[in-house]
Amino acid sequence: MAIWLTDNSKIIVQGMTGGEGTKHTRRMLASGARVVGGVNARKAGTTHEGLPVFGTVKEAMEQTGADVSVVFVPPAFTKNAVKEAIDAEMPLCVVITEGVPVHDSTEFWAYAVAKGNKTRIIGPNCPGIASPGASNAGIIPADITTAGRIGLVSKSGTLTYQLMYELRDFGFSTAVGIGGDPVIGTTHIDALQAFQEDPATDAIVMIGEIGGDAEERAAAYIEQHVSKPVVAYVAGFTAPEGKTMGHAGAIVSGSAGTAQAKKEALEKVGVRVGKTPSETARLMREIMQAR
Amino acid sequence: MDLFEHQAKELFADYGIPVPRGIVAHTVEEVRSAAEELTGRVVVKAQVKTGGRGKAGGVKVAADTADAVEKATAILGMDIKGHAVHKVLVEEASAIAEEYYFSFLLDRANRTFLAICSAAGGMDIEEVAHTAPEKVAKVPVSALTGIDRAKAREIATAGGLPDKALDGAAELIEKLWCCFVDEDATLVEVNPMILSADGQVKALDGKVTLDDNAVFRQPDHEALADKAAEDPLEAKAKEKDLNYVKLDGDVGIIGNGAGLVMSTLDVVAYAGEQFPGKPSPANFLDIGGGASAEVMAAGLEIILSDPSVKSIFVNVFGGITACDAVANGIVSAFKLLESRGEAVSHPLVVRLDGNNAQLGRQILADAALPRVELVDTMDDAAKRAAELAAAGV
Repeated sequence: MAIWLTDNSKIIVQGMTGGEGTKHTRRMLASGARVVGGVNARKAGTTHEGLPVFGTVKEAMEQTGADVSVVFVPPAFTKNAVKEAIDAEMPLCVVITEGVPVHDSTEFWAYAVAKGNKTRIIGPNCPGIASPGASNAGIIPADITTAGRIGLVSKSGTLTYQLMYELRDFGFSTAVGIGGDPVIGTTHIDALQAFQEDPATDAIVMIGEIGGDAEERAAAYIEQHVSKPVVAYVAGFTAPEGKTMGHAGAIVSGSAGTAQAKKEALEKVGVRVGKTPSETARLMREIMQAR
Repeated sequence: MDLFEHQAKELFADYGIPVPRGIVAHTVEEVRSAAEELTGRVVVKAQVKTGGRGKAGGVKVAADTADAVEKATAILGMDIKGHAVHKVLVEEASAIAEEYYFSFLLDRANRTFLAICSAAGGMDIEEVAHTAPEKVAKVPVSALTGIDRAKAREIATAGGLPDKALDGAAELIEKLWCCFVDEDATLVEVNPMILSADGQVKALDGKVTLDDNAVFRQPDHEALADKAAEDPLEAKAKEKDLNYVKLDGDVGIIGNGAGLVMSTLDVVAYAGEQFPGKPSPANFLDIGGGASAEVMAAGLEIILSDPSVKSIFVNVFGGITACDAVANGIVSAFKLLESRGEAVSHPLVVRLDGNNAQLGRQILADAALPRVELVDTMDDAAKRAAELAAAGV
């Protein structure tokens, strides 16, 4: 078992025929994920990487039974691609694309809500979701870790990989990269809730970074609803105020959103917070070894 | 990207929002001719991208041209919260009857837009929001339905604006929404939004933040960038599409992925605390997932041209890109720089982990590059880089 993505998941790729889409479709297939087709209105009816290309998401779902879509289309087309997945009632839509204007992500989020939240959106600007040994939707490298009983949720891609690798001897049920943009579909809280309910997950690693108050809200949620052990890491303690560090969401303005404030909020509710990624791995290791 | 007040107002004017007549001036002489042109009472306003200008003495009313020149002499060159004043906006003075507050912004927590409106505008709005939150209306605005005149009027009413200001405010708010959406802004703020003595609702100040991700469909935005204030290294990095931010320390940092690099800055700063002079990161540089030889060379080049750098820490986690490719990138980057006569003269600490890490380390060991040290873990590598920076070059 895992959250949101299992060995039964059937994946289609929106933007499969593009450069990134092609490269990562290959990687997903190589990792054993069941990628069953792609979408490109201009190339409907052809095959790409040995997979059928459909004109619309709806058609791809009807023909293949797909229940996950991974979006690799460029930023200018991302809003419409996600809205198409929402219209088709795709259960899970993973938006890898980086650089999506925030007016677009705010709009497709509002659209998803208006349509009754039938589509879980992960991202944008995220590495995707991987349930090691079962499936892989996105760009998380499949071979840096193993299947196990730790759940991970993170704003950052490479920090996700770093922790997955450091804890590869214990392994992961699912790792979710939710993305570092100011507006994202799936939040830390959504993942915490799913991991809490997942019988295959024993403990949770949460990785945050400066900007916004998502970690503070996650802390409040943990206090009320999460009984499984949580270990956290927050990046950006020494980041200067007012500078964007690559992730559009990672900008500190004034006193809110600092790493220190996030760490304090998490520690207050009993979450152990690592000072570095490796210390975070060590804290999780202690928890898993004590089980 | 944040805009200067005068840029924000020029943008507002494009959308038909009433703003006072104003002229930007960089020198006292320019202030003199601006004041002469505007005639009568003027306001001299420091143009800096920070709040609290009024309280810092950066906004002054002047009775006539001579007075404007005197006020501008004091304001030009002033330092406001670390921002030097290089230009002022000289504006015709408005007869203010009442001051209100209005803004549209992104509400990250609720993943929607938010309108904030209050009849208690002006310099103390933050204080009002804190002590009397009931005086500040916060109204969610859907990205799907947006704002029409009726909704705008509703918000103005919720903010407690008097009847006599409602029509004018609703019109201004509706236009401001068009500006917010059409310009891909994440913040448009008018504080104060005034009711003038002759009954007109005007934007007396303007603060605008534009979304950098939208530049591909906002070709006009690039011209709004404050090139003069850009760090020269940051500008150079931008030309090469590198994600670089200049910091104050002496350990150059290169890594892949924004989160990992941010984390690297922290780990280096912690490690630096135990060494003399407390070395700390000189920069943030994310070379992204690819990390080809060219990108690595471009990154090294930027860092080497920073005179404050004493050591360099290359921190790469091989995820998508395997570490052997990264190692080959470093080796090629050294050769490339050497062939240009810019041989790497600083100690370089490299930590490679993840996919094909062993192979990558082997490649670097075999290449025997001068002053390159391989360290196994991120923490130990950070410590070594800090130690080398503390020892000097």
